[in-house]
Amino acid sequence: MSSEQAAAPAPPRPAPAKRAAKGPGMSLPVRDRILSIASPLGLLLVWELAARFGFIDTRFFPAPSSIFVLLIQMLQSGELITHTMASLRRLFWGTLIGGVPALVLGVVMGLHRATRAIFDPLIAATYPIPKSSILPLALLIFGLGEPSKIFMVAIGVFFPVAINATTGVLEINKIYLDVGRNYKANRWNTFWTIALPGALPVIMTGFKLGIGIGLILIAVAEMIGAKSGLGYLIWSAWETFAVEQMYVGLFMIALIGFALTLALNELERFIIPWKVN
Amino acid sequence: MSSSTSPASHLRPVTAAEEAARPVPAIRIRNLVKSFGDLVAVDNVSLDIGQGEFFMIVGPSGCGKTTLLRILAGLEDATSGTIDVDVPAGSGRPENSMVFQGDSILPWMTVWQNAAYGLRMRNVPANTIKDVVSHYLDRTGLTRFAGYYPHQLSGGMRQRVAIARAFANDPQILLMDEPFSALDAQNKLLLQEELLHIWEEHKKTVVFITHSVDEAVLLGDRVMVMTAQPGWVKLLIDIPLARPRNIMELQGAPEYGDLVQRIWANLRDEVTRAREIAEGLGDPL
Repeated sequence: MSSEQAAAPAPPRPAPAKRAAKGPGMSLPVRDRILSIASPLGLLLVWELAARFGFIDTRFFPAPSSIFVLLIQMLQSGELITHTMASLRRLFWGTLIGGVPALVLGVVMGLHRATRAIFDPLIAATYPIPKSSILPLALLIFGLGEPSKIFMVAIGVFFPVAINATTGVLEINKIYLDVGRNYKANRWNTFWTIALPGALPVIMTGFKLGIGIGLILIAVAEMIGAKSGLGYLIWSAWETFAVEQMYVGLFMIALIGFALTLALNELERFIIPWKVN
Repeated sequence: MSSSTSPASHLRPVTAAEEAARPVPAIRIRNLVKSFGDLVAVDNVSLDIGQGEFFMIVGPSGCGKTTLLRILAGLEDATSGTIDVDVPAGSGRPENSMVFQGDSILPWMTVWQNAAYGLRMRNVPANTIKDVVSHYLDRTGLTRFAGYYPHQLSGGMRQRVAIARAFANDPQILLMDEPFSALDAQNKLLLQEELLHIWEEHKKTVVFITHSVDEAVLLGDRVMVMTAQPGWVKLLIDIPLARPRNIMELQGAPEYGDLVQRIWANLRDEVTRAREIAEGLGDPL
């Protein structure tokens, strides 16, 4: 398969398949990393060239270099930082306000049959409602200020965390709950020493999903009745037909999503040291 | 530690004076019944287990021995009957601690935290926890692994942690549900010896379930053979082997072989019958 082998004189026995699958002198992880860096760069290059040579309409698809220049300018003026921080702040409070009650409710639902019987149908009925369709109601109740934005994030984070926490607790091996009972763990200790740590890997997945949904919702919420945030930045770009600014906003949202995923993976390694990778 | 193998001893009524003169048993089980729907798992078991007795229960799979132990552990409620465990008032010690079958140490806690679990749950002062846990980690050869998580340990090591956890909790009675059944032969032998060593320190009352007749004779002071469906006491037999015991030496001793044969002769019928029930050939009694 590799050029190295083709050039070499025929070996007495065929080389093991594993060796043949490798490129010459490059391990598979290194090759994968190079490919995964090269693919977005390649796309940007194609985009840049296509914009410069007029293959695509730069009114809709401005050249990456011009977007980058604007990004630097907006960073220097502090405008971009202000909007990014506004969105991140809402994301943070929304995650906290939606996630913590969801975590507690979800774990208790997993432990306690009656609580599960009460809340299961409520969650099942409200979960399928597209969260963005609640925005008008949120504006009606909370007004145009911060609370309506934070509420939107909170509601996006709430469902995946609550559902995952319940599932996580229900999936805990029953023997650990027996251990808790036999060693006389009270309710508080059962929550802290068995249910919560036992469900934590699944809960973390819930938070990852929830924060992803929160990011979508914050962008949507900021497009209406906000004076700051990346959603507002994108929307005002549409209103003034500043397409490059729109792309700067989109790029920042993508960057936040990517950075949060990395950060959550690190956090997971830190708070779940017993997880076998 | 009287054996009730001879039915004649039951024929003479026990006088009130005799009853009062008897030492208080560690566990007194009376007419214990547990049924799951039509299936009678434990059928009218009455039993006294003495203070400091190493009591073994052998029986075929599905004979209700685990159910009996879970009732003793408070993890299951009896359908009827009573269990009294003698706990000295004001000792603050827990009634029982269980070593479960299979992996039961908490994966999210280190070896140390697992061993300290019972003590922590009953709010023992930190200094005491430190001393007690160090002692039992030392006795189980786990000191070096105190900071390890369970997934970093072998099956034998994990079961040592479970034993350390149970002993460290200092219960009135220790309940062990086939604790070594998942281990390979060498590890099993090592852990049996270690268990006997640790037990010799305080001679706690132990109720130990096993499906291995060898294990029952090697470890126990008394062995109870349990029948299958419904589960009742078929045989109680004393194991008059001297302590402290050396498992390797014991296995060559003639009296050991006799005891194993006697118990096995009783158990074989039950194992056969349990298999027939499982295959739908035989009827429950």
